Amino acid sequence: MKKETMRIKSTKRIALDTVEMVLENNYMSQTAVPGQFLHLLVSGHTLRRPISIADVNKTEHTITILFKMLGSGTHDLASYQVGMTIDALGPSGNGFQLHNDNQSTILLIGGGIGVPPLYYLGKTLAQLDMHIISVLGFQTSKSVFYEEKFRALGETYIVTDDGSYGDQGFVTDVLHSVESFDRYYSCGPVPMLQAVTASLKDKPGYISLEERMGCGVGACFACVIPTDDAGGYKKICKDGPVFDAQEVSL
Amino acid sequence: MNNLAVDLPGLQLKNPIMPASGCFGFGREYSEFYDLSKLGAIMMKAATGSERFGNATPRVAETASGMLNAIGLQNPGVESIIETEVSYLANYELPIIANIAGSSIEEYEKVAAAFNETDHVHALELNISCPNVKEGGIQFGTDPKMAANVTERVKKASNLPVYVKLSPNVSDIVAMATAVEAAGADGLSMINTLTGMQIHLPSKRPLLANQTGGLSGAAIKPVAIRMIYEVKQQVSIPIIGMGGITTSEDVLEFLLAGASAVAVGTANFQNPFICPELIDALPHTLKKYGFNTVQDAIGKGITV
Repeated sequence: MKKETMRIKSTKRIALDTVEMVLENNYMSQTAVPGQFLHLLVSGHTLRRPISIADVNKTEHTITILFKMLGSGTHDLASYQVGMTIDALGPSGNGFQLHNDNQSTILLIGGGIGVPPLYYLGKTLAQLDMHIISVLGFQTSKSVFYEEKFRALGETYIVTDDGSYGDQGFVTDVLHSVESFDRYYSCGPVPMLQAVTASLKDKPGYISLEERMGCGVGACFACVIPTDDAGGYKKICKDGPVFDAQEVSL
Repeated sequence: MNNLAVDLPGLQLKNPIMPASGCFGFGREYSEFYDLSKLGAIMMKAATGSERFGNATPRVAETASGMLNAIGLQNPGVESIIETEVSYLANYELPIIANIAGSSIEEYEKVAAAFNETDHVHALELNISCPNVKEGGIQFGTDPKMAANVTERVKKASNLPVYVKLSPNVSDIVAMATAVEAAGADGLSMINTLTGMQIHLPSKRPLLANQTGGLSGAAIKPVAIRMIYEVKQQVSIPIIGMGGITTSEDVLEFLLAGASAVAVGTANFQNPFICPELIDALPHTLKKYGFNTVQDAIGKGITV
């Protein structure tokens, strides 16, 4: 992990309140692995914002991030223009365990702004000759993004909470219609992850967690999650954000 | 002569900059960014008698020019800290200040005695001002008699110099400072965080799981400066100042108000290199405002 200056190469709204930003930096792009995040300093804000890495282009030296404008930090970040720079710590955290079992079938389950890290993961796994099936949930039709990109990786199901696009319902409603798979990876809101890990408890899987962070390097103990009822814990920023699905108590 | 050097009870500081307790863990994470030997000292994260998990999450919330935290003194307990963290920090050339906390006077004594047994801890920071735990901490920090009592007992439990960390959540900070000085404190560290709260609009509930948290960052600097300025005039023990420092000008402001050294907390989150950057910038800032040494500037802002 380093503190680097990243130059904004492009920025655009790709869905409701959702911004896709391409950031240029040699070190970050050459070292990032799927599931890691960048801890971004937004001018005028005390705390950095952890944003997951959605894609990496090592040839172009770029990292793509997607974020939803939910609070003042992400609103301000969305106002940054092409050519401006962002102070970033990263690549941060431990990414997804990839495994080298090519020809295996992988299920990606993403909800809302939890979808982005699964894209770089899916792309990487597809390059390792794994079969990718994606189940993506969004609030409404205007929130949907990256559908075509996921379809290019393999079979993709889209659901929306209000049924305005794809099937109406939650990602868990679709899981039973997915043919057999070997392993799953999931990222999304905690209630979704609780439902996913409960309904797939017999399957090996990994989940990526989000939390309000302080330092982002493991020193301040702001973003911990219990691992058991006996005081065990993990730091989301440093031990995670990816965990084995059975490793932490959601 | 090193013009940044300061000598305090138990602490020969090569410069007056140290990371504040709770914002820097036990140094390991920041050692990946720079050599910790560059620091004037380190104030370790609070130690309690046994392991503590702390509060539920969310534990942090951003505010205007600052942040709220309610970690809840999460730590692995004093024995584990001595075995793994103090022994690790002993590899660096820097004085170690151990922040001690407890929910009873006996727990404070136990932690103080344990650190006294190690060779590598140079001073204790007595944490009677954590606003985020239900028992102990701040209850000792808001009543001068209780503060004096715990100070006296901790002084007896160990031979290490004791810096009492004062809470700003009191109406008479001078009364707290003079009470712990009379009880034998070797120094003061001030200020801890100010109690605050933020309501999360979408959920219409307090954002922090603990509901209240401690406010830190640039927003609290004027409060810290005022309290140090008032206390410095009434005590003869040295003050380690803290509260919202982000620039070398801020460091000088604390020295002028009466601090002999400073600790940097929240600013580490924005910039992991903040402490070495302040150390590098300080000589120029001192010179710019007419001082040759750190020692020269201490208390020079006091006009009465």
